Amino acid sequence: MVDKNLELVSLTERQQKARRNRSMAIGVALAVLVVIFYVATIVKFGHNLAGTM
Amino acid sequence: MALVDERLTDEAGFRMSEATAGDFFALLKPRVMSLVVFTAFVGLVAAPVTINPLLAVIAILSIAIGAGASGALNMWYDADIDAVMTRTASRPVPAGRILPGEALSFGLVLSVMSVMTLGVLVNWLSATLLAFTIFFYAVIYTMWLKRWTPQNIVIGGAAGAIPPVIGWAAVTGTVSLESLILFLIIFLWTPPHFWALALFKSEDYARAGIPMMPNVAGQASTRRQIFAYALILAPVGVLPWVLGFTTPAYGVVAALLGAGFVWYAWKVLRMAADDKVMKPAKALFGYSLLYLFAIFAVYLADCVVGRALAIGGA
Repeated sequence: MVDKNLELVSLTERQQKARRNRSMAIGVALAVLVVIFYVATIVKFGHNLAGTM
Repeated sequence: MALVDERLTDEAGFRMSEATAGDFFALLKPRVMSLVVFTAFVGLVAAPVTINPLLAVIAILSIAIGAGASGALNMWYDADIDAVMTRTASRPVPAGRILPGEALSFGLVLSVMSVMTLGVLVNWLSATLLAFTIFFYAVIYTMWLKRWTPQNIVIGGAAGAIPPVIGWAAVTGTVSLESLILFLIIFLWTPPHFWALALFKSEDYARAGIPMMPNVAGQASTRRQIFAYALILAPVGVLPWVLGFTTPAYGVVAALLGAGFVWYAWKVLRMAADDKVMKPAKALFGYSLLYLFAIFAVYLADCVVGRALAIGGA
């Protein structure tokens, strides 16, 4: 439930569109970052394991 | 509906952002970034040892983002002078599409993330060099040199010249003479490149109060200095071959490109004092971009072909 004392603003269509656009970009950037760190970890672990065998 | 703090809706001038992802991308100075990516890539490939391709991609990506972050910090700090220059008035901050605070936060976050990513996943020497580059460009050049001395782009040019050294360090974990020669080529290329621009944009720089060389020392002195730098740059461009890092093929192409640079600089030197159109300066500006891309492309090709022939002959 929204507190009636809280002040709310309505975003214009342009602001909503811009926010959606930014949210998409942030989401994609974070997903790319997760993939990069995941794959890089595998690569580095693989390299280290190969070095110990 | 969005929930906002009351403080933000008072007379403080708060407004909801209309900035798109494209506006934030523009903060990264994509055209400058392309040059940084390319020169860093050449440094990375020219290194005598190999790196896992994925780590190479991560290294280049981190360098690109770091360079972009310094561009964002530059646009945050320089919004006042960007607004009065025709070349930069449409940038996201002076145009009002992005708030200064947004640009600052964006630049700082990307700076930290790019340096940390490079350090954790590649190596800490290249990360340290990247951090130094961002600091040098954003603080030493943007906040200090740019508004203080006509030597701004001479000293500040070091920031733009480091990427091939970072690329090399990402692979080898060291800094070598080969990578420092690549640094020197970009370092010596920067003054004639920017002074050519400053010649035909001198009114813009004067309006913004930036002490570029033509506004401080005059156009005649600037033209002489451009020519002097061209005379030094041309032989330095050939140095990789002289020092035995490349084949003679690179040396020949680099010599021809250098001769072209001197020729264009000569035409700027001979430009009439009352020339308002300044075609020779515009031509030199265009050629200087071609020169840098071409000389690094030839260096890259020389390394790749040389390595392929060595493998074929083995």
